[in-house]
Amino acid sequence: MKEGFIRKFHSKAFGRSLWVFHTNVGACNGCDIEVLDVLTPFFDVERFGIKLVGSPRHADVLLVTGPVTRPMVEPLKRLYEAVPSPKLVVAIGACAVGGCVWFDTYNVIGGVDKVIPVDIYIPGCPPKPEAIIYGVALALGLVPKKVGPAIESHEIPMEVEDILKELTPSRPVALPVNPDGKNDNGKQDGEGA
Amino acid sequence: MIASKIRQILIGKRAGSVTLKYPFEPRPSEPGYRGRVTVDTDKCVGCGGCADVCPARCILITDVSPFIRIIRRYLDRCIHCGRCEEVCAYDALHLDGEYELATTDRKDLFIEQKLFMGTCNRCGRCYIPPTPLDRLMVVGFRKDEDLDGETI
Ligand code: SF4
Ligand code: SF4
Ligand code: SF4
Repeated sequence: MKEGFIRKFHSKAFGRSLWVFHTNVGACNGCDIEVLDVLTPFFDVERFGIKLVGSPRHADVLLVTGPVTRPMVEPLKRLYEAVPSPKLVVAIGACAVGGCVWFDTYNVIGGVDKVIPVDIYIPGCPPKPEAIIYGVALALGLVPKKVGPAIESHEIPMEVEDILKELTPSRPVALPVNPDGKNDNGKQDGEGA
Repeated sequence: MIASKIRQILIGKRAGSVTLKYPFEPRPSEPGYRGRVTVDTDKCVGCGGCADVCPARCILITDVSPFIRIIRRYLDRCIHCGRCEEVCAYDALHLDGEYELATTDRKDLFIEQKLFMGTCNRCGRCYIPPTPLDRLMVVGFRKDEDLDGETI
């Protein structure tokens, strides 16, 4: 569904220019420097018509960096509402994508998609300027997506499968942390936000 | 006015273009750039060393049964620090320098591994048999008759 939306967005907006508004919701500035980097003549995203604007009301795209600290939750929601539709939200950096090393800290929500919907995720701490350009090109439909989830397994002998059917788990199964939003202690991530 | 514009164009021509052609041309990462984490499940023995050192706690270990250990790697919050590669004694993890990881769904950055482990006879929990060959031999439990007259 998201891919379809992006294609529709692309057909509507490509050929014209995407204006971006950049916001920092608790980033360490590493990612912000890289965003500045892609606007320099060496990387030059202005060849795609991308231009940084000073107000969210002029923007098509919201670039978000940082893991969303608690004081920034409401401002971020207001910012999202201020951008006219159709809009694209790009999460830049491991912080904005999944919370980085602060994903379960008490005053950090851990990921932009827990507050507003995100269309493009660009991981990396910070992402290379080329990685950001790749994300932009993905949004514009110029390049294909390269990553996908992987589920791998050792070869498990048949005898073991048989034994396992008779055994009960030796200890309670721990809960996964993400993407169900639960952390190791069984608490909801970002609860009470 | 026009003369100054012409002079500007000439200066620009002399400097040439410095802009990268990327993404229309491939651009491999520089040597030493760490990038994406890849894991070779056949080499991984499930020791959990990488989970111990990961600063972003991307790597989570669950023993679902005495023989099966599941390692989940949530690489969306991975900071590409390379500590897991450094600590892995079995050469199973590599940071391959790939940086084109942008995606529309962060579940794309998830790796789940199902590992076949040995079982401790006393506590019943998974442990790491020293070699893959030993892993084949842990099926079933040791009986004292097998000791063939040896005394403990
Ligand atoms: S992803 Fe890394 S570089 Fe970017 S804001 Fe977070 S800590 Fe800083
Ligand atoms: S340190 Fe290496 S062998 Fe041990 S669990 Fe991690 S990847 Fe597997
Ligand atoms: S590179 Fe660093 S953050 Fe990423 S999985 Fe390895 S130890 Fe964790």
